[in-house]
Amino acid sequence: MTTFANALASAAVVVTVGAVVVLWRHRLRSIVVALAVQGVALALTAGLLAGHEHDRVLFAVALLVLAVKAVVIPGLLARVVAATPGARETDPLVNVPASLVVAGLLTLAAFIAARPIVALVGGPTGRLVPLGLATVLIGFFVMVARRRALSQVVGLLLVDNGIALVAFLVTSGVPVIVELGSSLDVLFGVVVLRVLLARLTAAGFSDLDQLRSLHD
Amino acid sequence: MSLATVVVGLVQLALVVVGGPLLLGLMRRVRSRLEGRDGPAIAQPWRDIAKLAHKQRTRPTESSWIFAAAPLVLVATAATVAALGPLISLTPPLAASTDFIAVIFVLLVGSVALALAALDTGTAFGGMGASRALTIGALVEPALLVAVLALSLPLHSTNLVAIVADGLRHASVLVGPSHLLALASFIVVILAESGRLPVDNPSTHLELTMIYEALILEYSGPDLALVTLGESMRLAIWLGLFVNLVAPAGIAANATAAGLVLGVVAVTLKVAVVGVVVAFFEVTTAKLRLFRLPELLAGGFILALLGVVTGAVMR
Repeated sequence: MTTFANALASAAVVVTVGAVVVLWRHRLRSIVVALAVQGVALALTAGLLAGHEHDRVLFAVALLVLAVKAVVIPGLLARVVAATPGARETDPLVNVPASLVVAGLLTLAAFIAARPIVALVGGPTGRLVPLGLATVLIGFFVMVARRRALSQVVGLLLVDNGIALVAFLVTSGVPVIVELGSSLDVLFGVVVLRVLLARLTAAGFSDLDQLRSLHD
Repeated sequence: MSLATVVVGLVQLALVVVGGPLLLGLMRRVRSRLEGRDGPAIAQPWRDIAKLAHKQRTRPTESSWIFAAAPLVLVATAATVAALGPLISLTPPLAASTDFIAVIFVLLVGSVALALAALDTGTAFGGMGASRALTIGALVEPALLVAVLALSLPLHSTNLVAIVADGLRHASVLVGPSHLLALASFIVVILAESGRLPVDNPSTHLELTMIYEALILEYSGPDLALVTLGESMRLAIWLGLFVNLVAPAGIAANATAAGLVLGVVAVTLKVAVVGVVVAFFEVTTAKLRLFRLPELLAGGFILALLGVVTGAVMR
């Protein structure tokens, strides 16, 4: 086992562990920190691939990912959390031990479902695709099982990070224009959601289940 | 079983018996210092054991032989693992059959014996402690077994000595993500299984929050001395196995005198460092509510499971 394969696998594992930590922790601050760590690991994955392939464009993509997903987006969310210090995911729809077990099952499902892709891509990168898929599935589960608006935004971002990880691993780097497009898309999405979250918090809502009726 | 392996076993046993209480003393000392107190001497647990050994033994009137046997079972199981585990050398007695799962279950026999003894006393606190300890034990088990599975994947073997030897030969195994995840899970398990914070506060005086302390409330005199010795030996064994799985450097590959001395020094230093780190962690953390323990242990389980999946995809 080469050092490159080991380092790449470690970075990819940190992305998946980050998703699990989002399910594990109650405090919204910890959830945002986990998201930031996940962004760093994702950028590291891209950076390692760039170093391995001697691909300068991919290196630029890695820097872009680092800026957007490890600094800007968690920074925006951290400002929302700072408005309500000590905010917690108090009463999730699925409790924490059960959701961790579900995360385990989803990981196994991703492992089984990704076998054709692993066989197709092969090599030290292709083998790690199940971890990306698991991140996507756990992200969907976070959106379903958590009440807080912020947790659901983080769930969306987990899905996005998982997709990005799979893209890096399968194609050994995406064209910079594609990555630019998707990163900026997500960034604008988060900016809009951040404004929405700030309005919701100011209005005293953060539990989306409380929003039942529309009015002017 | 050659003479050399028997010597290794006896040295390991002596090291764990002498070192266990000292490790406990070291951890208490570090905690006291960090809390701004001077704290008892490092040898204090040994002085306590010596004092207790001379005191009169009292046993609850209704208790049966189970209560009398539990301390002996606790010390005997710990001594078995201390002699047979890969602590200072890769050539302990019966190395070919030192199965990781067997080692775990031998240690668990000691926990179960204590829980049965606590039930045997017929007191409310004993029963409460036994119920909690066994609940935690049942939650720890899946995490521990899956972590063992992750550690044994590269070798296709659950032989503990072989796993440690493999780590010594191939450093790349040690930094592999699968191994690291399994060890992260293992440390959660160790904290729970040896009754440290955030699972249980070993220095609590409040019976309602006790878990492991509640089990041994009724013990006194020589019985209590044995229980204290057994618990500290178990802590030393868990940490000793942990450090040799994390960083086996220094462990003797064969049973030469120089190798054994180096092995003793290496494992003592490594366990002391980990003990200080655990004590530091204990000062900075608060005890988890009992009802939140499943979250912590489920977290340990999922880390181990990710370790298995990663190990499987990397193969």
